[in-house]
Amino acid sequence: MSESPRTPNPHDLHEVVVTVNGVTRSAQVPARRLLSDMLRHDLRLTGTHVGCEHGVCGACTVLLEGEPIRSCLTFAVMVDGARITTVEGLADPDGELGPVQRAFRECHGLQCGFCTPGFLLLTTELIARSPEPDDGEIRDALGGNLCRCTGYVNIVRSVRRAAELARERT
Amino acid sequence: MKPAPFAYHRPGSVEDATRLLAELGDEAKVVAGGQSLVPLLNFRLAAPAHLVDVNGIAGLDWLDPADGAVAVGATVRHSRLLRDREVAAAHPLLVEATEWIAHPVIRNRGTVCGSLAHADPAAELPAVLALLGGSVEAVAWRGGSLASRRVPAAELFAGPLQTTLEVDELVVAATFPALAAGTGWAVEELARRHGDYALAGVVLTVTVDGDGEPVSGRAAYLSCAPTPVVVDIGPGLGDGAAANGLYDLVASSLDPTDDIHATAAYRRHLAATLTVRALDRALARARTPQLERAAVSDAVAAPTAASSDAGAER
Repeated sequence: MSESPRTPNPHDLHEVVVTVNGVTRSAQVPARRLLSDMLRHDLRLTGTHVGCEHGVCGACTVLLEGEPIRSCLTFAVMVDGARITTVEGLADPDGELGPVQRAFRECHGLQCGFCTPGFLLLTTELIARSPEPDDGEIRDALGGNLCRCTGYVNIVRSVRRAAELARERT
Repeated sequence: MKPAPFAYHRPGSVEDATRLLAELGDEAKVVAGGQSLVPLLNFRLAAPAHLVDVNGIAGLDWLDPADGAVAVGATVRHSRLLRDREVAAAHPLLVEATEWIAHPVIRNRGTVCGSLAHADPAAELPAVLALLGGSVEAVAWRGGSLASRRVPAAELFAGPLQTTLEVDELVVAATFPALAAGTGWAVEELARRHGDYALAGVVLTVTVDGDGEPVSGRAAYLSCAPTPVVVDIGPGLGDGAAANGLYDLVASSLDPTDDIHATAAYRRHLAATLTVRALDRALARARTPQLERAAVSDAVAAPTAASSDAGAER
């Protein structure tokens, strides 16, 4: 068997190495560490927010190999070696807000900001895949995330604006 | 809201995985996408001592659309199935049902075989497998070698989140049989919130003769019983009074129960009403030659299935 000779036990620590926003990071974590908690507690990247912790709210959404996933429904140990993007990776290299962040600010796509990191990452992936999304596509992409402040209309506007800003750049 | 501690195993082969399952018995759970299992662990509704991650096993990430049937390996995500053009052409029913599963983000991780092995009565794919008479392939390490068997859907689902699989068995693939010639299909469901589990849902097929008259039909229901229920709707298809006959047939065939989300009477009404709606769409598709289907699908499905998705979450 390719298993280690000793049977793993629940208190073992696992070395998890991930590339977060282009930087290689590692941590020693127990198997039960959720990716959301590894990002926040072990790597001190607290931009990823934790809402419901059972996959309903979407606040913890991050990109795994470019695809949005719920980091609260993913164990860190299962994504060892992966490339991850969090909200901290969305700013421009000079530290200014990136196009998705600017669009949400301009269009009032946030109020309290709790759900915002998840929406920003969904938007980042959507406009990379579909540079001119229509409202149907936008609503389909965002449909799994909850916002209790905005009523979503301004979030949809923000996504359209983010797509415009991204297109202007290219 | 944090899982209880567990030991983590990441076997590199089916042999290693099944040996582990044989050794660990009912102390172990298999994880692939984790989109149903991890919420249960987070809530501590389940606390297995060992988790066996099958994502490290090479050779389970395959899709095979052949002659209209679709076979799917154990680590294929819902989103991969939805992106596959050959699958879309071969099995539009499977695609339409998969679009109803939760949200795109959940479908990026959740697996087809995992949905089946999890056996949630509110999930779409168990109903599809039951409707089509599909099967899963289960393997186990017994007597020093791999033993494989095919478990038909009719024998697979035992109750809510329960299958007839033995604790040492691993689902390595599932097969969704092709639709017969002259067969149309439709999926309808209703949930209170976008992406939630359906209060009730139906996956339906209807087959027409050369004149376009329906000759047989089957419907599978989700969220109406502890397991998917398959109803022969043939007797409800005749004559001009088809709609009422079908409604009554379905209402009298189902025996849902009350719960916090809906009364039994409402669920029964909903299932019967959704069936009548689904039949209209399925008949339109059955009467349309295959090449024109794509256009019809867009036209008849626009308000519901094309852009929405409801299903496995929470």
